[in-house]
Amino acid sequence: MTVVMEKPGTAQDTEPDGPAERTRQVTRPMVVGAVIALWLLLFAILRGRHTLSLGAADLTDLHRWINDVNDSIGANRNSNPLFLYFFNEIRLVIDTLVTFVQDLISQPAAGRPVPQIGWLGVIGIAGYVSWAVGNWRVALLAVAGFTFMGLQGLWQESMDTLALTLSAVLVALLFAIPLGVWAGLSDRVNRVITPLLDFMQTMPTFVYLAPLTLFFLIGGASATIATVIYAAPPAIRITAHAIRNVPTTTVEAADSLGATRRQSLLKVLLPMSKRTVVLGVNQTIMAALAMVTIAALIDAPGLGKTVVQALQSLDVGTAFNAGLAIVVMAIVLDRVTTAASVREEAARRSDPRLAAWRRPLLGAGAAVTAVLIYLSHTYLWAAEFPGEGSLGSTIARWADSVTTWAQDNLSGLTNAFRDAVTNGLLNPFQTLLTDSPWWLVGAVLITLAVVLGGVRAGITTVVCVGLLVGTGLWADAMTTLASTLVATVLVMALGIVFGVWMGRSALADRLIRPSLDAAQVMPPFVYLVPFLALFGATRFTAIVAAVVYGAPVAMKIIADGIRAVPETTVEAATSAGCNTWQIITKVQLPMARGALTLATNQGLIYVLSMVVVGGLVGAGALGYDVVAGFSQGQLYGKGLAAGLAIVLLGVMFDRITQAAARRTSA
Amino acid sequence: MARHWRAGAAGLAVLGLTLTACGGAKVGEDSAGGSGSSGECGTFNLAVNPWVGYEANAAVIAYVADEYLGCDVKQKDLKEEIAWQGFGTGEVDAVVENWGHDDLKKKYITDQKTAVDAGPTGNEGLIGWYVPPWLAEEHPDILDWKNLNKYAAEFRTSESGGKGQLLDGDPSFVTNDEALVTNLKLDYKVVYAGSETALIQAFRKAEKDKEWVIGYFYEPQWFMSEVPLKKVKLPEYTEGCDADPEKIACDYPVYKLDKIVSAKFAKSGSPAYDLVKNFTWTNDDQNIVAKYIAVDKMAPEAAAKKWVEANRDKVDAWIK
Repeated sequence: MTVVMEKPGTAQDTEPDGPAERTRQVTRPMVVGAVIALWLLLFAILRGRHTLSLGAADLTDLHRWINDVNDSIGANRNSNPLFLYFFNEIRLVIDTLVTFVQDLISQPAAGRPVPQIGWLGVIGIAGYVSWAVGNWRVALLAVAGFTFMGLQGLWQESMDTLALTLSAVLVALLFAIPLGVWAGLSDRVNRVITPLLDFMQTMPTFVYLAPLTLFFLIGGASATIATVIYAAPPAIRITAHAIRNVPTTTVEAADSLGATRRQSLLKVLLPMSKRTVVLGVNQTIMAALAMVTIAALIDAPGLGKTVVQALQSLDVGTAFNAGLAIVVMAIVLDRVTTAASVREEAARRSDPRLAAWRRPLLGAGAAVTAVLIYLSHTYLWAAEFPGEGSLGSTIARWADSVTTWAQDNLSGLTNAFRDAVTNGLLNPFQTLLTDSPWWLVGAVLITLAVVLGGVRAGITTVVCVGLLVGTGLWADAMTTLASTLVATVLVMALGIVFGVWMGRSALADRLIRPSLDAAQVMPPFVYLVPFLALFGATRFTAIVAAVVYGAPVAMKIIADGIRAVPETTVEAATSAGCNTWQIITKVQLPMARGALTLATNQGLIYVLSMVVVGGLVGAGALGYDVVAGFSQGQLYGKGLAAGLAIVLLGVMFDRITQAAARRTSA
Repeated sequence: MARHWRAGAAGLAVLGLTLTACGGAKVGEDSAGGSGSSGECGTFNLAVNPWVGYEANAAVIAYVADEYLGCDVKQKDLKEEIAWQGFGTGEVDAVVENWGHDDLKKKYITDQKTAVDAGPTGNEGLIGWYVPPWLAEEHPDILDWKNLNKYAAEFRTSESGGKGQLLDGDPSFVTNDEALVTNLKLDYKVVYAGSETALIQAFRKAEKDKEWVIGYFYEPQWFMSEVPLKKVKLPEYTEGCDADPEKIACDYPVYKLDKIVSAKFAKSGSPAYDLVKNFTWTNDDQNIVAKYIAVDKMAPEAAAKKWVEANRDKVDAWIK
């Protein structure tokens, strides 16, 4: 143990000549403590002054101005050349694409009562493609997964969702990969594009859903574009990251051999970063599937509609069944793309004799698939999924009874827990944030940013605080901030417990991981209905929802971090006589510090993306403002401002945590 | 090697062809799909706003338009704002249950002139404060707002900061509740549940576990047939008492729910327009269909069919 522990400590002990360094190490927590103490003191004196609170129905001039702009766009839609010759053209292209894919697999096409390719053909294609780009195991998974959706009685809905997802991913990648490469090659582009991507990812979809239908009309095009806006950023970021991470020596070697820019891009950079780029594609697909239910609000066909409709009558069973189909689709697509990203490596390691057989087998597979497609095009039994979907109603009934049981038997327990967290943690913290004068909270945030993240993080915070005040929703932003931070604390607590467990045990990892995937793609409202019964319409319910969504990411990142701790180090600690607890707390967690900060960062961003969902179950504040803005014309401007406030909170905390992470790892 | 796989592929193709030979019914063999010519009606774009009562109206209108008028009905699931916006872009022909929305009427009917009023649906919408039935039974005086302060302490929750909680809900509807609480000097705090789902779940649990809940709700609503909530009496609504939003101290007006159609659709001469215009029914009618959908979990079309077949006379009056 001593061997290991000296590692992080050496910096202090072996640098007697660095008093500055030393004092800083000691004072950073002290400064934070002092800032908070001063804050509490001033809060006691100034409580309730300059809080900038705004009633639920009140508007500021900014909100009214946004309303007017929105109205004038709507009124001039049909005469504006920008609409006639620009947006309409885009809409036409995307609509054609979506309709084409839908005609192929989901919607009755060209005078036929069924789509061009029926279930047998689609399953054949899914299996064949998965096998060709991945391996036979994921091919089996794909076939089983698609069959399962059919048995659930949701074949057509699933295919509609698949069609929209594929179209959106295609359009997203068309832009994302070139942009990502550009951002990877040029620092300036990267700097310009990063805040834009933050904006696209954290701006709540509700805010731009209504304007989108104004620009691109109701239907496939708007749904696809909404999905693209949310789903493209991960692919851009990961592609840029991949290009940047190609070793400079390799690029220099290519340059010295006289390769042109174009050659070095096509022959060196792209092939070497292919694996990571495929992971970006994977993330884009996952993000696109997360939009399924939201897109249903503007009439996007598919599973999302089933969920939304079932929930109008609080039919949890039916909603769960459809949610499960989304989860199955996500898991299939995730595993296939992941397998594709590691395929070449796996192929290299595999038996060369098998590799020789690969080509003929691929050809044979293509022939079989073609036959299946032909059958499903021609014959009814292969076109329409057989059966009544009785599996679906079984699942629905089962989900219903589990929910009822939980509601009947757990609510006493859950109420006690809710009240403890609300009164012990959330209320005092929220009061501190909302009842302090705005300039005091702003000053505290800026000071903390400078202390933890440095001057640049401080400047970002100054800008964000200024703009937050400008949105006119300062008090709401502080209420949301309080819930967000409490949720993030819970996310990290769970993340550490489960992340360490998964990182240490491969079995635990394999068992838990599918539930984590499910928690990330299951439409939140499906599980929120039982949560509402358990916890009521409260801020706590919103926090629980955020934790369900945010914790899986934190767990996965921490598990990876723990696994990355060198085996030899752990072994050394074991032989030095450490028990398990000591190994975890003294060796693995400290060495996974980078992963912990990354997990905090991602956990917080994910929690923030649930603010709007929280607004639907009692969180009030910014989330409610956004939802109300989506529902009521005169609150539109306020909703947009609330969306901006969420983005600002996200950017502020992202920059602070990232800068802090760089400092701790430096 | 190549010869091997060619042989294999040929074999598979033969297998495939054999399968086809005994494959069963072919796509397009029976022409049951085409249910006659749609003729003069053409496409009818019907917005479906996301609540069950609306769905009931839409289901019945869609069923009649499809079955009796031969229209090609396209139902579009949309929130109100977006549905109204669709009048201008030509993507929505009709909204068949509208709750007030004076702001939208001004914007689209008066200013943009893309929409026109198509008369009442016959349903009357009530908005107000409701309590679960058990509470009304045990404390009947709670149904008068004057006694609300007496019970404020009972309605305290973790969200209401020491006051009684007034649970407000669906952000789609205008609420005057904050002004009401202030102006009626009630010791309550408005807590925003944020969705109809959250409200229903709160009332359902309150009735089952005998909890104290008071909140914003409305009827006609399918949930009333599961838990018949009781309305609390607020100071009576008089014309113009809600003119100044800051000073409102009266109940919500009774909403005459109405239908709105796009201006283009109104002029099109489509029989579907006459159907929408003539469509009226009672709250009881809607509640039955809504119950079929929400409680009995029937598909909207099936629910509509069942009601239409039992109420031929009413339907005949719409399409005569």
